[in-house]
Amino acid sequence: MPVRTRMQWMLAAAAVVAAALLPLVAKNFILFQLTLAMVYGIAILGLCLLTGINGQFSLGHSAFFALGAYTAAIMMDRFGINYLWTLPAAGIVCLVFGFLFGVPALRLHGIYLALATFSLAVATPQILKSTPLEPWTGGVQGIVILKPDAPFGLPLSPDQWLYYLTLLVVVVMFGAAANLINGRTGRALIAIRDNPIAARAMGVDISLYKSLTFGVSAFYTGVAGALGAIVIQFVAPDSFTFSFAIALFVGLVVGGVGSIPGALFGGLFVLFVPNIAEHFSKGLAGAIYGLILIVVIYLMPSGAAGLVKLVVNKLTRKTTAS
Amino acid sequence: MDLFLHQVFAGLSTGGIYALMALAIVMIYQAIDHLNFAQGEMAMFSTFVSWQMLQWGAPYWAAFLLTIVVSFIGGVVIERVVFKPLKAAPVLSHVVVFIALFAILNSAAGFLWDYTIKSYPTPFGTTPLFGGLISSHDAGMTVVTLVILLLLYVFFRYTRIGLAMRAAAANPESARLVGIRVGWMIALGWGMAAAIGAVAGMMIAPVVFLEPNMMLSILLYGFAGAVVGGLTSPLGAVIGGFSVGVIENLAGTYIPYVGRELKLTIALALIVAVLTIKPSGLFGRVVVTRV
Amino acid sequence: MKRQGLYLAAVAGLALALGTSSALAQKKYDPGASDTEIKVGNMNPYSGPASAYGMIGKTIAAYFKKVNAEGGVNGRKINFISYDDAYSPPKAVEQARKLVESDEVLLIFQSLGTPSNTAIQKYMNAKKVPQLFVATGATKWGDPQHFPWTMGWQPSYQAEGRIYAKYLLKEKPGAKIGILYQNDDYGKDYVKGMKDGLGAKAASMIVSEQPYETSDPTVDSQIVNLKASGADTFFNVTTPKFAAQAIKKSAEIGWKPLHLLNNVSQSIGGVLKPAGLENSKGILSTYYLKDPNDPTFQKDDGYKEWLAFMDKYFPDGDKSSSFTVYGYSVAQTLVQVLKQCGDNLTRENVMKQAASLKDLEFGMLLPGIKINTSATDFYPIEQMQMQRFTGDRWELIGPVMSGNDGS
Repeated sequence: MPVRTRMQWMLAAAAVVAAALLPLVAKNFILFQLTLAMVYGIAILGLCLLTGINGQFSLGHSAFFALGAYTAAIMMDRFGINYLWTLPAAGIVCLVFGFLFGVPALRLHGIYLALATFSLAVATPQILKSTPLEPWTGGVQGIVILKPDAPFGLPLSPDQWLYYLTLLVVVVMFGAAANLINGRTGRALIAIRDNPIAARAMGVDISLYKSLTFGVSAFYTGVAGALGAIVIQFVAPDSFTFSFAIALFVGLVVGGVGSIPGALFGGLFVLFVPNIAEHFSKGLAGAIYGLILIVVIYLMPSGAAGLVKLVVNKLTRKTTAS
Repeated sequence: MDLFLHQVFAGLSTGGIYALMALAIVMIYQAIDHLNFAQGEMAMFSTFVSWQMLQWGAPYWAAFLLTIVVSFIGGVVIERVVFKPLKAAPVLSHVVVFIALFAILNSAAGFLWDYTIKSYPTPFGTTPLFGGLISSHDAGMTVVTLVILLLLYVFFRYTRIGLAMRAAAANPESARLVGIRVGWMIALGWGMAAAIGAVAGMMIAPVVFLEPNMMLSILLYGFAGAVVGGLTSPLGAVIGGFSVGVIENLAGTYIPYVGRELKLTIALALIVAVLTIKPSGLFGRVVVTRV
Repeated sequence: MKRQGLYLAAVAGLALALGTSSALAQKKYDPGASDTEIKVGNMNPYSGPASAYGMIGKTIAAYFKKVNAEGGVNGRKINFISYDDAYSPPKAVEQARKLVESDEVLLIFQSLGTPSNTAIQKYMNAKKVPQLFVATGATKWGDPQHFPWTMGWQPSYQAEGRIYAKYLLKEKPGAKIGILYQNDDYGKDYVKGMKDGLGAKAASMIVSEQPYETSDPTVDSQIVNLKASGADTFFNVTTPKFAAQAIKKSAEIGWKPLHLLNNVSQSIGGVLKPAGLENSKGILSTYYLKDPNDPTFQKDDGYKEWLAFMDKYFPDGDKSSSFTVYGYSVAQTLVQVLKQCGDNLTRENVMKQAASLKDLEFGMLLPGIKINTSATDFYPIEQMQMQRFTGDRWELIGPVMSGNDGS
């Protein structure tokens, strides 16, 4: 779903302005939650590029999130590097790893790829805890990092500053993703997803594109991981279990599998809906979460973006018909 | 050498658990061409249901058979009520519904029966056989696995319904044209998978103790075994399950320094390696798409 | 006359000022406390891999219900707000912030699990909110110098490990020890305690160390390895499910070592019964609370009070599980701290009172075990007693020991 119309760009701009004004009225805790939701949104965007646009089914993105988070934590805690540098660094590390994982993944399709990536997600906490890596990762104890203050002495609380920083990253990365999808590369990726044989016949270098997409997707999720580490101020193997990978996947589908704005909706869903479920019943919170999921899928089989598209289509058809 | 033998047999014991789970997974895959993430939770829930029957005083085999029937019906009901309305939804949405089912069953089991472990009886006793290499329960479990395997083989190969189910999964449109009720075939597949899962749960619970979270890691290993063996081959799934158990144990024992900490990782790495060399699994059929 | 009038007015004014200020000084509140209620925050894993411990949170909630029904603490009702953190650190941070910034609780009490508590420790200390009586035995919670707002409650895992080491050095100095441990903070803490307690002899006495992950379905492979290593002493550092598996498998393969079981898994109903009471005979452990299954305590007033509480306020609770005794006792400790605060319900005073517990005894603590804290001692319970399983109950052996000097 390329973001083409002026209407959509204006809506996006309006949303950004509204988001920028929010800290004036919202409490620090709400900002913290929204920042985290945005972080998950960026992670889901990475997954969207890979699974939604390029059709490679990944259930393992928690591994890249973890890799980005630990890269940031190690850089800040062990080397004392300023947190801003950790974002591109985490991204690049994940880009490389994602690409390297993408190469053998070329041989796997559908459910087998899902399983291979799922295996990666399951193995990640174990690897993080393992003794050879302990001097770097802190093993089971994890690494505690300090929350950065606003720069240049701006009158912002750390929560507000991180909110704005994350918002900036969201705008930049979502914009870049939209650009990517709209152009030749995006069309090539979608072609590979929908009909790989035809794509190859048209001269698209499938192997290169697929591996690169894996890398870029990991880049996005890695940057999100680094931001997440800074926001939470703590990384530990238990933060990145495969249930997180599943949560990202759920967020992707609920938002709309190939939709870029849907990724943000997914991030909000992943953060807030478990809280809502717990509100209803502590003992059956999981069951209520499951029921909400099923209802959501019933009402919006193609995710929130699908529903929006449906509604918009219905409305525009009405105006042209009359 | 003695340790090696012991570890191999211990691996076969746990592998037997994985093999049984893998069978249920392959069963559902045959029916719906997708992996059901809630398979383990369905098995766990069925086992709790049978445990409850035992608590109410039912004799073991009565509870066993009744649970299989109840699980079968449950599987069919879940398919008809939850998945049939979603036929038109994209495939990935189905996966989310599996996840939802997982959450519901896990939470409901915890709510109804709480999280402390419960012991579950075995009909085979726990006497050590062959000088302590395996227990009678492990042997009994393996026999049950092979019996189910045989029944499945006969079902798919020699019965009309089995053939109809394979047709419905392979090519639903053509199957419909020949008069096969595809919807009911899928429901039947679900029911059978649920029943096999129930048997798996009731065989596994005596070893690992019954509690709502007992199936999660077993599901993972079951997936691994099914994938290694080939998702289209029940025999492959069983062999895959046993292999995963043995490999994991040997890796944990003999690979120095990291072997013990990274058992699961090593097993999974092997799975991925097998997949890259032979993407459809060791025994799976290679599907060739014609352009 | 005018001057006398002025003088009287001044005196009256001063008296009034003194009177009101002292009246105001009597009641001091931080967010979460008021004339009518005290908000107590909590995070527990009600879902996820550690959900078995959710029973503790439920017991605590039931106990506060009892306290409120009986008039509350100094006339104030306890408003117990408990959220699920699913044993996930990011969720723990979110719930802690919600409790402190959104619900505005006075303190966070009995947050469970080392990862969750590590994740929020810096935040709690920066915000100066008590992180009181955390539900983990990790040794690092008793550090008032660096983290003055964080305090544990139960005896530390390392202290318990040291007690077992002292026992071995005395009773079985030639032991060949095999250790099964959970590969995380909790397991490694115990192993460290054991090794520290053995001192120079650790390297020669420990013949095998087998870790396991909570994602492992069984620990059978590790048990086989331990037997093959020739160990005749088994230090079993496992959580309940795996402890039961270990006991069962050892019996199945005919391995009968001297069995030291960590007290996290010493529950008869939760571990030993499923594992097989016959198989569990002779197992040694330690504890600091009364075993509800032990007939020797069933005539105690303390036990009767606990039983009455369970029957009336938590009938669904598992009466054979030590989790309910634990929850009951730690809730009693908090109520004592809040009582000691009187009308000065500031966060600072809560920590001060928590660090001023002298020789406290509660109904379900083992006789002779007392709670003691001070400005430099943030370990409320340090004593334990060793016990041996007879086949139907835990029999206390030896004196009450302190983990710190092993006396």
